[in-house]
Amino acid sequence: MKPPRFRYFAPQSVEEALILLAEHTEEARVLAGGQSLVPLMNMRLAHPGVLIDINNISELAYVHSWNGGLALGAMTRDAALERDTTVAARLPLLVEAARCVGHPAIRNRSTVGGSIAHADPAAELPAVMLTLNAEFEVRSRSGSRTISARDFFKGYLATDLKADELLTELRVPGLPVSAGSAFVEFSRREGDYALAGVASVIVLDEDGTIADARLGLCSAGPAPVRPQSAEALLRGQRPGDETWAAAATAVITELNNPPSDIHGSADYRRHLAGILTRRALAIATERAGRKR
Amino acid sequence: MQDEDFVTIRLLVNGETHRLVVESRRLLADVLREDLGLTGTNLGCEHGVCGSCTVLLDGQSVRSCLMFAVQANGHEVMTVEGLARGGELHPLQQAFWEKQGLQCGFCTPGFLMTAYELLQHNPAPSKEEIRHALSGNICRCTGYQHIIEAVQSACQAIAEARGTVPSGTGA
Repeated sequence: MKPPRFRYFAPQSVEEALILLAEHTEEARVLAGGQSLVPLMNMRLAHPGVLIDINNISELAYVHSWNGGLALGAMTRDAALERDTTVAARLPLLVEAARCVGHPAIRNRSTVGGSIAHADPAAELPAVMLTLNAEFEVRSRSGSRTISARDFFKGYLATDLKADELLTELRVPGLPVSAGSAFVEFSRREGDYALAGVASVIVLDEDGTIADARLGLCSAGPAPVRPQSAEALLRGQRPGDETWAAAATAVITELNNPPSDIHGSADYRRHLAGILTRRALAIATERAGRKR
Repeated sequence: MQDEDFVTIRLLVNGETHRLVVESRRLLADVLREDLGLTGTNLGCEHGVCGSCTVLLDGQSVRSCLMFAVQANGHEVMTVEGLARGGELHPLQQAFWEKQGLQCGFCTPGFLMTAYELLQHNPAPSKEEIRHALSGNICRCTGYQHIIEAVQSACQAIAEARGTVPSGTGA
């Protein structure tokens, strides 16, 4: 299992990377943390003629405050995200999800931008970015554009990113201070791809009813899922087991196309999604309650 | 088919500088093993699952099968060969030996390097923390219990040598 031949470029700046991408659009792949692309190359499932390694572009690794939330450079490593105190204070959901990404040695290399651009439906960060209404800045030689997470994920390993575009920044709006959040997933072995995972954000009203609820699922379809009927059903309700059960049923109904493989059938994954929805909602609500 | 693409790189491995000409597609693990003769780093799965090939890159654990050697250009690599000093085993190695933290030994270099990184950040990890840190390394022989005991024992030994007593590492 050795990767096929390629031509290697290691640009030092975004500008340089964009020139290379424009030059080699058809045969180039961008190498970020490499924790998904290199296995694919080792197994010869991917054989890019040109590899543009963006690991030397230090201007792409940062965590900045933005709009009450955060702007993350695409090359921010998951290990950095996991340990960043600003991230923990503003959007603990990101830290909770980052801790579920692979293993420590994977997270030392894997990047937030890589996870988003690769768009594996089993990955945690795409589902969490979708839940947090994130937007992504992409650049090419001809300019830049901003794509909402909702419009970005198109299907299995498919995104709105064009072949000559580079994902440079992830912008995540802040949550109300009273919001509670949770990420839970189930995998057969710690660090393996989750059979199902659920992100949840809950905001409670003064009287304890649910003012706002968000859910996002990974490993639940060809792309990350925002089950909107379940979210709508939760608003205005009182938190509790019955409400969670109703939301779980709505989530299960909304999952048309969960994967079915040796690790778990589609039905089993639907069942798991329901259970994890209840857990995520209960934990997020408990955390929101503590802030009131 | 692409033409071969060669790159000149400089690697600092276990404190020694090496200048090498490598094909860009060559994995760091292969260059360590074949070009530098450091065969302590073992390749198990070659797709990032088993953890056998774990080395430290600038002090951080990485899968050397998921990196091209050219990416380590100018960086510092530490392999299992860098653990022992002056013919004396590192306390982790000594503890793996004493607690039978290995049987066939194939996965051991990966476990040692991963545990080494853990102890750099956390000299007195709990059993849970050790389990979490080692969760990305697969061992098919030991059943893990002795590995975890070995890491706990190493913490104890290091603390005793330093004259500090760790908390929460009762074996």
